[in-house]
Amino acid sequence: MDILKIATAGSVDDGKSTLIGRLLYETDSLKSDQLEHIKVKSESRGFDYLDLSLATDGLLTEREQGITIDVSHIFFSTPTRRFIIADSPGHVEYTRNMVTGASTAQASILLLDARKGMVEQTRRHLYINRLLGIQHLVFAINKMDLVDFDQNRYEEIKIQVESWLQSASMDINTIDFVPISALLGDNVTSSSKQMSWYHSSNLLEILEKLPTISSLQEDNVLQVQHVLRPKTEQHHDYRGFAGKINSGSFKVGDKILVYPSGRSSKIKSIEKYGVPVGKTQEGQSTTILLEDEIDISRGNSIVSAENDLQVSKQLRAEVCWMQDTNLIPGAKYWLQLGIQKVQIKIKSISYRLELENLQTEPTSFLGLNDIGEIELITAQEIVHQPFHKNKGLGAFILIDPLTNNTAGVGFIR
Amino acid sequence: MDVLQHLEEESIYIMREVAGQFDNPCLLFSGGKDSITLVRLAEKAFAPSKIPFPFVHVDTGHNFPETIAFRDHLINSLGAKLIVGYVQDDIDAGLSQDESGRYASRNSLQTTTLLHLIEKYKFDACIGGARRDEEKARAKERVFSVRDDFGQWNEKLQRPELFDMLNGSIHNGENVRVFPISNWTELDVWNYIQREQIQIPSLYYAHERKVFNRDGLWMPYSDFVQIGENDEVITANVRFRTVGDMTCTAAVLSDAFELDNIIHEISSSSFSERGARIDDKRSEGAMEERKKIGYF
Repeated sequence: MDILKIATAGSVDDGKSTLIGRLLYETDSLKSDQLEHIKVKSESRGFDYLDLSLATDGLLTEREQGITIDVSHIFFSTPTRRFIIADSPGHVEYTRNMVTGASTAQASILLLDARKGMVEQTRRHLYINRLLGIQHLVFAINKMDLVDFDQNRYEEIKIQVESWLQSASMDINTIDFVPISALLGDNVTSSSKQMSWYHSSNLLEILEKLPTISSLQEDNVLQVQHVLRPKTEQHHDYRGFAGKINSGSFKVGDKILVYPSGRSSKIKSIEKYGVPVGKTQEGQSTTILLEDEIDISRGNSIVSAENDLQVSKQLRAEVCWMQDTNLIPGAKYWLQLGIQKVQIKIKSISYRLELENLQTEPTSFLGLNDIGEIELITAQEIVHQPFHKNKGLGAFILIDPLTNNTAGVGFIR
Repeated sequence: MDVLQHLEEESIYIMREVAGQFDNPCLLFSGGKDSITLVRLAEKAFAPSKIPFPFVHVDTGHNFPETIAFRDHLINSLGAKLIVGYVQDDIDAGLSQDESGRYASRNSLQTTTLLHLIEKYKFDACIGGARRDEEKARAKERVFSVRDDFGQWNEKLQRPELFDMLNGSIHNGENVRVFPISNWTELDVWNYIQREQIQIPSLYYAHERKVFNRDGLWMPYSDFVQIGENDEVITANVRFRTVGDMTCTAAVLSDAFELDNIIHEISSSSFSERGARIDDKRSEGAMEERKKIGYF
């Protein structure tokens, strides 16, 4: 069994919560007490059907208003795959929550109302998907029951989406379309009797088939999270550099360089939980011990000597701004890339992106939920790569030194 | 990478971020299976060093004796430091008050004591064993969840959490609740306990116990749990699916004497884990309301 992380995006009342509730219901992921609760609530609201959207919205205000405000993490499984859905809000004022929910996703389900087709929010959601480099898109054309399960309407929307994707030249691995009714359950986990003209996979089948294995990155990098120094009799001179491999792989004997100091050494041993393992790769939490005693502390990067990584103090990046106070040239923030943390200054803002038509426009600031390109200068050199080349070394967050909040997210050009 | 391995790598990364980003973290230890899992993950994250933070236990005074015995045994074997906060002390000092009535529980009183401990020891991060699959409000939690100096969770103003980058910057007096097993399910925890051969309190296994039925739930017969005049006490084979305060934890009838049986029972159970938690049944937003005022 493997894990697939999915983001969902839709506009208000596209039926996103209902769809997720439906997936949970039909994969037997709702327990009888939860189901009983939904039955009682549905009846008390005067519905003659099960309001499955009640399975997801978690906050009292969300249930009160019938909308999603913040990301919910919802789990369900089939015999072959574990799914983690980040159920994110669609409203423009919660864009930052949507970016948060989608950042760890490998795939995205984009919900479209069959009556409306693509709307402004769809374009914004698609752009966010592109920004985050999500490789698999599934377009679920929902509420087919409200357009009499009309094939022509479905094809119309499909063409509309395809032509937009082409014009935006998005780099995507797989694109799927499926006509559904989340309310009635058509094409969600079983094929629809009402839409016999549709012969492809239902939504759950599509999700089960998406590839999850990605090839290893060429850059071999470990950012040191914590230096282990047991100082016991048995481990007197032990200095282990603990961290999760950000990218690539390492093996015992590899020649390495340390940034920012530029010192070199060789890997003496690699351990997992205090036990030698010989090699390690991307995503693994490991501990590396070196041949030489060199000064390394938290936030430093251990990289393969053979890699040609970008190390500089100037960056150009696309950012999504996430706080009320505007981003302006000259402002200072903390930049966190992985766990490397440095002070930065905004040098300039190249443009702000108009999401409606994907046109760029000059601007003196970026406000909440704006997306634009900036240039910045870092106080120390940092190890990085363009985001499209290496996700693990290409994304960063900006932290406001006054509020300590995560003020924005950046993607290195 | 299989699911358990994936989850373990992620949790260890989070544990190490806590050690790297905070000056004075602690691990909230309840003696339940989730916090016991946290302890194993912390051991692995820092081996061969010792776990670099103390354990904190909020003692309601209404614990199962088995939990306390287990806690002390585990702390001793790890050579870890344990800090205990007593709900009774806060009641005696007039800062907390016992609830009255048939459903009286000290569950919500734990918050006051926890917030005191945080203030007294100046903890800037508290690691907890909450999981997103447990409850709707929990499903909204970040991995690093910032609390203001009143311990409050502001559900509408959570910090964006992007990729695996965790922002633990806080002002003096604030603290961060950290949830390393956010993405685990109840079954994952059990499978991990089996894979790692982790010791757990005997309460989790089927055993003979005096219980009585209240509103469809099997309550343990004890001095702390209020019993009605007409309630009939019977002796039955039961086990606990979650272990909390005696007043708010119900048992399930079970013959699962071994780990294999427990895992089988949970995978086929049609009831949710927190279905036997009286503290969550109080109202629609019971967990959310408690989290807002500082519950973990």
